[in-house]
Amino acid sequence: MSEGTLDRRAVAATLLKDPGDLLVVTGLGSTTYDAGAAGDRDENFYLWGAMGGAAMIGLGLALAQPKRRVLVMTGDGEMLMGMGSLASVAAQRPDNLSIAVFDNARFGETGAQRSHTAYSTDLGAVAAACGWRDTVQARTMAEVEALAPRLRREALFAVIKISADEVPRFLPPRDGAQLATRFRRSIGVAEP
Amino acid sequence: MTQLEWQAAVFAELKRAGIRQVGYVPDAGHAELIEAAHADNDMRAVVLTTEEEGIALAAGAWLGGQRSVLLMQSSGVGNCINMLSLPINCRMPFLTLVTMRGEWGEFNPWQVPMGSATPGVLERAGVHVHRVDRPEDAADTVVAAASLAFDSRVPVAVLFSQRLIGAKVFVK
Repeated sequence: MSEGTLDRRAVAATLLKDPGDLLVVTGLGSTTYDAGAAGDRDENFYLWGAMGGAAMIGLGLALAQPKRRVLVMTGDGEMLMGMGSLASVAAQRPDNLSIAVFDNARFGETGAQRSHTAYSTDLGAVAAACGWRDTVQARTMAEVEALAPRLRREALFAVIKISADEVPRFLPPRDGAQLATRFRRSIGVAEP
Repeated sequence: MTQLEWQAAVFAELKRAGIRQVGYVPDAGHAELIEAAHADNDMRAVVLTTEEEGIALAAGAWLGGQRSVLLMQSSGVGNCINMLSLPINCRMPFLTLVTMRGEWGEFNPWQVPMGSATPGVLERAGVHVHRVDRPEDAADTVVAAASLAFDSRVPVAVLFSQRLIGAKVFVK
């Protein structure tokens, strides 16, 4: 399968530009760094572990906050580990949740081993088969620009073909209790 | 007290505890709870493909201000271990109700290894474990477990023993 060329930080900056009250969940690994690099904010919940859990955290959050928009940003490896959650999310049909997979066809955190998307797997087709009605793939920045508002408006599953090139590390906060508390406070559900 | 009665009492306590999202991988021992959750307008029943999804679901619910419970059988506990780092690291509550297999009149030997390991594995992973052997203790135990989980924000599992739920009958 042909590999992506897009700069992941440019993609993240485009998707998270003027985020407003967008609620963001990022998957273990590089999408956590990408979202932090685009601008740390209380409404970002970064995973530093719990691989495979990003989409389901997005679902629980979207069901609990039906009036807010939720965007899950994760990598191909993290999405592959939680592939069953594509079925579990689709079965609930939340209309306020989108998922953007940054697909570099690599396990970037662990030595850039090729992932299933490098060999054979089309995550967009998997999502569609699980019942996601709208799936899209982006290979150019123009397509990413067009995608950004749709991710905040529709229930969309997007695969963005990014380059496997390494980018400078950006390390957002990783204290889970602090991340959870500031997130809950920012949306007004924290205990006093 | 019949199975229907104690399960109805457990469901009533989940309602009273403010549970809004019910993640589940089906088990015959949870059938009444699952049906009741689907029928309740204030609850969302979420069918899962694997048990650890329910831990992530509960974390998302908590981030959004709702309470969740995970229903599973003991065979699913092993699937959950790494995902338990999520509520533990984030000081989030987590409540799961686990029906036990492999311990009382079990016919299927494939249920025995995970069933035997379930309490120890949960405890080693940092989960507080309560066990229910008698129907009259079920609702009270769920009340206590929900309070521990949501008030003290720790992971808590309630194990419903196989003697309580009744061994699955394969040959009638």
